[in-house]
Amino acid sequence: MLSTLRRQTATGLRLLIVLTVVCGIVYPLAVWGVSRLPGLSLSAEGSAEGSSVIGVDPVAADPAADPFFHTRPAASAAGVLGPADTTTSGGSNEAGDSTDLLDAVAQRRAAVAAREGVAPAAVPTDAVTASASGLDPDISPAYAALQAARVARVTGLPDAQVRALVDRATDGRTIGFLGEPTVDVTELNLAVQQAAGR
Amino acid sequence: MNDTLAGLVQVAFLLVLLAACYVPLGDHMARVFTVERHWRVETALYRLVRVDPAGGQRWPTYAAGVLGFSFVSVVLLYLLQRLQPLLPASFGRGPVPPATAFNTAVSFVTNTNWQSYVPEQTLGNTVQMAGLTVQNVLSAAVGIAVAVALVRGFVRAGTDRIGNVWVDLTRATVRILLPLAFVAAILLLVMGVTMSLRSGVDMTGVDGATHTLPLAPTASQEAVKQLGTNGGGIFNANSAHPFENPGAVSNLFQIFLMLVVPVCLTRTFGTMVGNPRQGAILLSVMGVLWGALLAVAWFAETHPNGPAALAAGGAMEGKEVRFGIPSSVLFGISTTGTSTGAVNSMHDSWTGGGGGAALLAMLLGEVAPGGVGSGLYGILVLAVVAVFLAGLMVGRTPEYLGKKLGRVQVTAAAVSILVMPAVVLLGAGLAIALPGTADALGNDGAHGFSEVLYAYASAANNNGSAFAGITVTSDFFQSTLGVAMLLGRFVPILAVLALAGSLAAQRRAEPTAGTLPTDKPLFGVLVGGSVLLVAALTFFPALALGPLAEALS
Repeated sequence: MLSTLRRQTATGLRLLIVLTVVCGIVYPLAVWGVSRLPGLSLSAEGSAEGSSVIGVDPVAADPAADPFFHTRPAASAAGVLGPADTTTSGGSNEAGDSTDLLDAVAQRRAAVAAREGVAPAAVPTDAVTASASGLDPDISPAYAALQAARVARVTGLPDAQVRALVDRATDGRTIGFLGEPTVDVTELNLAVQQAAGR
Repeated sequence: MNDTLAGLVQVAFLLVLLAACYVPLGDHMARVFTVERHWRVETALYRLVRVDPAGGQRWPTYAAGVLGFSFVSVVLLYLLQRLQPLLPASFGRGPVPPATAFNTAVSFVTNTNWQSYVPEQTLGNTVQMAGLTVQNVLSAAVGIAVAVALVRGFVRAGTDRIGNVWVDLTRATVRILLPLAFVAAILLLVMGVTMSLRSGVDMTGVDGATHTLPLAPTASQEAVKQLGTNGGGIFNANSAHPFENPGAVSNLFQIFLMLVVPVCLTRTFGTMVGNPRQGAILLSVMGVLWGALLAVAWFAETHPNGPAALAAGGAMEGKEVRFGIPSSVLFGISTTGTSTGAVNSMHDSWTGGGGGAALLAMLLGEVAPGGVGSGLYGILVLAVVAVFLAGLMVGRTPEYLGKKLGRVQVTAAAVSILVMPAVVLLGAGLAIALPGTADALGNDGAHGFSEVLYAYASAANNNGSAFAGITVTSDFFQSTLGVAMLLGRFVPILAVLALAGSLAAQRRAEPTAGTLPTDKPLFGVLVGGSVLLVAALTFFPALALGPLAEALS
């Protein structure tokens, strides 16, 4: 029995070495090779310059004149809302009955309401909850609509134009039923910057 | 379309995709493990590793192969992590500490993929690819091999041979997992999943600030992470990270990938025993359990009762906007039901009822529909128990698929089933009794208890998802969770292989008027009842202290 175990383990080691080369070097490098094909290579590297894949909350130089649409709160952020620590990723892991989370929700609600100059009750759910990754690039159309008035005021763009830009950055459910309606914050901010001529 | 309707259409679409693969992939896998002919590349490989592919093995030899292969896998993976600074493309990341390296090595070899480290800060490309990606494939291949060996026990008669472990592992890798993973990885690339050999990239935000984003060889590992029901993320946020799971399409595709092999293996079973209805009945049990758990979690997440969730206006803490609640619960129940353990939302922030459903999906013994291979042998063991219980009720010697279930078979089944509850309850009990545990918890009260229960349930069922608020980096958690993973994986495998050997040795008994038909809905009810009975009797007290208390408060 013991000699069987020894013999089988030795065979297992030889097979493991061969399969490590196949599954651990050949396979991933083959996938990497395909990812270099034109058309794929941009997303393969995360299209990192001004990434619209990753949501990192922009910080306004002057909080009183904040020209940006903001992403959701991040658990890894030092402040109440953002920006996230991009060198890692993850959520708060706080439960619904956590008093810490209850406090955090109240603080986020107050911070967003003050920034937008609206009643706390008007702040939508995704604006007061941290995402799972901390890098969520999207907000709900409701949260984008809430921020549109302030962005229009600060940038000097007409209300209707900012709202049109929000609409253009809004994606419905993919093929009608996959996922949720989203507004990509980076894309929207770039569009606003361009329109405002900054 | 409103949220609920869109979510339901998505579920229906997923089921159509799985149904379309059921016969072709199921029968393909049956052929892979029954045809005599070896591919040329396989023959070359057998010659290289000095294996005689024609030699059938008795169950102890087969088991020695599984154990030996897994042992050297743990050692290699441990060494790769410890020696990381010497390896190429490690980006200056240091050696992984011994306890973490042990835990991680065991975790990936047992198909658990529990992670007690932050991948994008801890591991370089060589450990990710040559270490973790490899075990993502091979631990799944081991699961398939063991399941196929058990099916052969039912198919064969009067022999002590249950197959050749090296041939089964090689074929599972070369003919099933690698080709499917390669195609899946390409599709994921098209859907926007990243694939980079660089350590990271600097990005400039719209505000002019510069941030460093870690990158990784994502797509190749992501594909096999789901396909092999592994679940270990290449980023800390796992499938919630936009680089791993950028959108609603990649999300649905990942759910499909984790379900497809476990679902289709029931067809493989049916085809190999010569009656596809035998497999379809088992699949229906898996499907009903999965659907019921999904309904509970969906309802709970859309009707939160926690004060913080109520204050926020919904249970969106720890969920991504692009998935919302329906796509998060669909992913969450599929990942816990298949022993995958990948997450696209943070289960620790789920409601009491939703988190309880995820926990129960594991505590049912990972049969809804279970991991690659382990789901099939798990439900077959429960089918053996169901036949035995039915036999007791009518006072006949029970038989399943023409094989009598005597003392040896029922003992093997009982050992296989009972080791998981024993490990979960003893582990969680021990951890709770220790004074240091309270400081490791991320939440107080009932939810804190759930974090500990979830950790041991996840480890012993080789799932790997977590109520991640708990800090498990202490040597106590690293080692006990590691041992829980080993026991939860290999004790059932040994029992299952012993069962396979004892079944193969029997002559076939012809069905009589008193034989319980096992391809009829009544048998599905019996199997489902056995699953629930075992879980309810063992876990009700623990569930009452954790998720039930939270859901009802």
